[in-house]
Amino acid sequence: MHQTFDAALGINLLHVNQDGADQNRTQFDQWGIRCLNLMSSPGAGKTALLEQTLAALTPEIKIAVIEGDMTTELDADRLRRYGVPVIAINTGRSCHLDSKMVAGGIHRLAHEHNPAEFDLVLVENVGNLVCPAEFEVGEHAKVALLSITEGEDKPLKYPLMFQEADCLLITKMDLAPHLDFDLEQLVANVRQMNPRADILPVSAKTGAGLEHWFGWVRSHLHQSVNSALAIAP
Amino acid sequence: MHETDMTKALILTVREWYESQPQPLQIDTVHLVVGKFTCVEPASLEFAFAAQTQQTFLQGATLAIRETPLIAYCHTCRANYRPEIGLRYACPTCNSPMDDIRSGRELKIERIEYSQQDAARDAPDALHDSPQATQNKTALTLVPSQS
Ligand SMILES: Nc1nc2c(ncn2[C@@H]2O[C@H](COP(=O)(O)OP(=O)(O)OP(=O)(O)O)[C@@H](O)[C@H]2O)c(=O)[nH]1
Ligand SMILES: [Mg+2]
Ligand SMILES: [Zn+2]
Repeated sequence: MHQTFDAALGINLLHVNQDGADQNRTQFDQWGIRCLNLMSSPGAGKTALLEQTLAALTPEIKIAVIEGDMTTELDADRLRRYGVPVIAINTGRSCHLDSKMVAGGIHRLAHEHNPAEFDLVLVENVGNLVCPAEFEVGEHAKVALLSITEGEDKPLKYPLMFQEADCLLITKMDLAPHLDFDLEQLVANVRQMNPRADILPVSAKTGAGLEHWFGWVRSHLHQSVNSALAIAP
Repeated sequence: MHETDMTKALILTVREWYESQPQPLQIDTVHLVVGKFTCVEPASLEFAFAAQTQQTFLQGATLAIRETPLIAYCHTCRANYRPEIGLRYACPTCNSPMDDIRSGRELKIERIEYSQQDAARDAPDALHDSPQATQNKTALTLVPSQS
């Protein structure tokens, strides 16, 4: 006798990752740390932005970095020069950080330092415009970067990350004179799916606009984001 | 490689359920719901599933994927609409931003079809009352399939 059955599950595929992310966030909260998850396509300027951020905000803000480099420590080495703990996570062939990898990073931070001393953990995700948005790592806010060389249509083509972002940095603004780049169009495209994100044009090379970004970080730490600095919806 | 991760998560979850079952069983079909507004490509997922389940308890099981469309609710128009992925997300009537996604973000194991030898002896009703079945948080309901 052979009988078939049907079991209803209704379980989210990502529930294990989500639980891990919630645990990470709880841990950060206990230490009084805010965590930002920086996401972009490869080469949009995450590490360059981090370099400028560390140079400007330490020691005012006590920062640690969790660096999700695919295979090398190149980015981590660039950041260690600023005298902050940089925990490099070898993500292997994974195209995004997940909450378990970041939990490993948190563990190392707690092992090697006094975590309660820190105000801010900046996570540089793996360069990828699609997947990282699907995997929370325990961040309090998502920061997406889009460089102007990528084109203003990218939010329409790869909407997930832009839809989820709390802050969108439009990077490499110094290159604008060399390109047919339409900032207004880009903002309009992002606004189609995200009416709330603060959108900040910056250049890590010239420093233009970075004050607004630093302001965003400061106010995020005080939990009241000053959206007056950003492009209004 | 993204689908590899997703498949791993899928297999882990199904294994958890499988191992919590009081009787040995054979999983025939895993039913998945995948929203259009996720990063998952059903074809790649099917491929990864077939590859990664070889020589496991899921060997031979089918992955059935149901895709759900992207549907958003416009609070101005008080109506659902279907954004055109890649082209346009704002409400086609009033141009309000896509703000309230009602469908399309699902990534869910909906149900599992399985078969059992001598299943008549342990009818599903009996399973309902067994402590294993009630304690097991994943197996919410057990009903004989319609087919
Ligand atoms: N002109 C200009 N170039 C920039 C700017 N920011 C970054 N770059 C350049 O863009 C390239 C990539 O920058 P990274 O900071 O390494 O980008 P990333 O997002 O960290 O890259 P991955 O970690 O590999 O994904 C480098 O050659 C940088 O010098 C900028 O504001 N202006
Ligand atoms: Mg980098
Ligand atoms: Zn409308």
